[in-house]
Amino acid sequence: MSAKLLHKEKWSEFTGRLSGKNLWAPAVQGEVKKFVPVAEGETVSLEGGNTTVPPKALIFPQTETLYRFSRGEEEPEPPAIDEEMVLLGVRPCDARAMALVEKLFRWDFDDPYYLKRRELTTLIGLACNEPEINCFCPSVGGSPASTEGLDILMTDLGESYLLEVLTDKGKAIAGAVEDLLEEAPAEALKQKEKLAEEALAGIKWSVDPEGIPEALPQLWEDPLWERVSAPCLGCGICTYLCPTCYCFDIQDEVEGSAGRRCRSWDSCMFAEYTVHTSGHNPRPSRRERTRNRINHKYSYFVDKFGEIACVGCGRCSSLCPVNIDLIDILRQVKAAQ
Amino acid sequence: MKNYENPYIPHTATIEDTWYETAGDRCIKTFKVVLDDPAVRESWSHRPGQCAMIGLLGVGESMISISSSPTEKGYLRFSVLQAGKVTSALHQLEAGDKITVRGPYGNSFPVDDWKGKEILTVGGGIGQAPLRPIVEYVKANLSDYAGLTTIYGARTSEDLCFKGEFGEMEKIDGVCCHLSVDIEEEGWPHYVGFVPSLLMEVNPSPENTIAITCGPPIMIRFVLENLKKLNFADEQIYTTLENRMKCGIGKCGRCNAGSLYVCKDGPVFSYAALKDVPEAFA
Repeated sequence: MSAKLLHKEKWSEFTGRLSGKNLWAPAVQGEVKKFVPVAEGETVSLEGGNTTVPPKALIFPQTETLYRFSRGEEEPEPPAIDEEMVLLGVRPCDARAMALVEKLFRWDFDDPYYLKRRELTTLIGLACNEPEINCFCPSVGGSPASTEGLDILMTDLGESYLLEVLTDKGKAIAGAVEDLLEEAPAEALKQKEKLAEEALAGIKWSVDPEGIPEALPQLWEDPLWERVSAPCLGCGICTYLCPTCYCFDIQDEVEGSAGRRCRSWDSCMFAEYTVHTSGHNPRPSRRERTRNRINHKYSYFVDKFGEIACVGCGRCSSLCPVNIDLIDILRQVKAAQ
Repeated sequence: MKNYENPYIPHTATIEDTWYETAGDRCIKTFKVVLDDPAVRESWSHRPGQCAMIGLLGVGESMISISSSPTEKGYLRFSVLQAGKVTSALHQLEAGDKITVRGPYGNSFPVDDWKGKEILTVGGGIGQAPLRPIVEYVKANLSDYAGLTTIYGARTSEDLCFKGEFGEMEKIDGVCCHLSVDIEEEGWPHYVGFVPSLLMEVNPSPENTIAITCGPPIMIRFVLENLKKLNFADEQIYTTLENRMKCGIGKCGRCNAGSLYVCKDGPVFSYAALKDVPEAFA
């Protein structure tokens, strides 16, 4: 790992230079903040909190074509995925989420769509100096300055950004803007450590996940599921905007003699997700669906891949229209144990 | 960049023959299909109990159990109950038409571990489709097993699948076949009543026996109860599960029962493995 310093007066040149590399960065569009393409020469602001829409949307698009087909053609044709992409300002929780989701997309069958896009993408992270109200990444193995999944971690030092170059992909980016960077002095690294400590101390929510994966199957029939799901509207926002949610639906679209098979984000909070063709639904109400969502993240994924499928970004709690709070559910799980 | 194989792209296959097993609203049609690409046909290998995603481009795919045994070479058989969009579209097809096939997927009946044992299948309705490959497999390798008993029932004799196959089976030494219908009907020479009751009537010994059951959830429930009454151990009982599926390869998320994905960890489970899994019989 090497550490570089980028003075902020060179920021617009830095982003301008990267904008030629299919650069995406956070921007507010209407009421949502999300990653948008940065036009050539455009500057980027990394001010403010995390995006509403996690950057998973760029690796695992909300809808994507699996392949196109047409009558008379024997071979369905998958789209070419060959464009490199640089994401600037990815928060450590969202980068960790990609590392977790990748485990699923590599499990037994490689998912070429996800894995190719992931391989073509360079992640330039931004440490969270000011965690938000619902952040709890340290509870689930993360930190506001975690480097997992990132190629470069940037930290805002006020007058400058510290760039910790973590991977070969990161080196390639740093190399392309070498003339804008200088070696980071030891002082800058110390300042970063201090900021990271302060950020950690600024996180207000926490839950100790110890024992939760084992407790959940025991609490299958516990009344807590009725309680925590009672206000749920079934809107699915907690899953759509969760950086570790990856469930998808597959549907065909046809126009004339040609069509495409595409996959779209789906949600375990929807009845249609599990309903059998017969009409029977193994998860008939929101109680069962909420129970599945929590069990999947805090127990099943742990069984399969050894880690909790939650990075503590707090989006599900922040964005729920009826204020269902994940930390509250987890605390109820611990209390019911 | 690594060159990944694309597991979502299906093979094409041609329907060589097709016929109705049953009539009515939820009729069952069997498709005998041949994979088009000779190389794919050569390399295709499945085990009894496995499934495949079959479908039509522009309509969709459904996970269907492969109802032919690996001992039936050169073709695959699928018996499809008309229920939703994809299965209704499949039912429109005739010999010569094309379908798509992906697979084989999932685990299978541990037929090698069962060598030397008596095999008992207990099926109801379309539930005989996943049991047929095990019946055919054991029949074709009968010297490896202590014997084969098939118990199979449906509402009426019209609702029984594979009707033509049971008469021949009974003539084989070491093979027993017990059929039932739920309601009395004229000329029916076999048992009248529900499958779980017929099971008690047959009264199989648990000694050195493996019981495999598949059918409607309510039937499975009572068959399991009755097998326990007959002193079958949990490890001697197997069933297959089904759930809504989209990808078939453990990615899309929806087919889980607890932490088990039916598409990859199943569809075949021993009752010992399943009885404590939440949602397994939901």
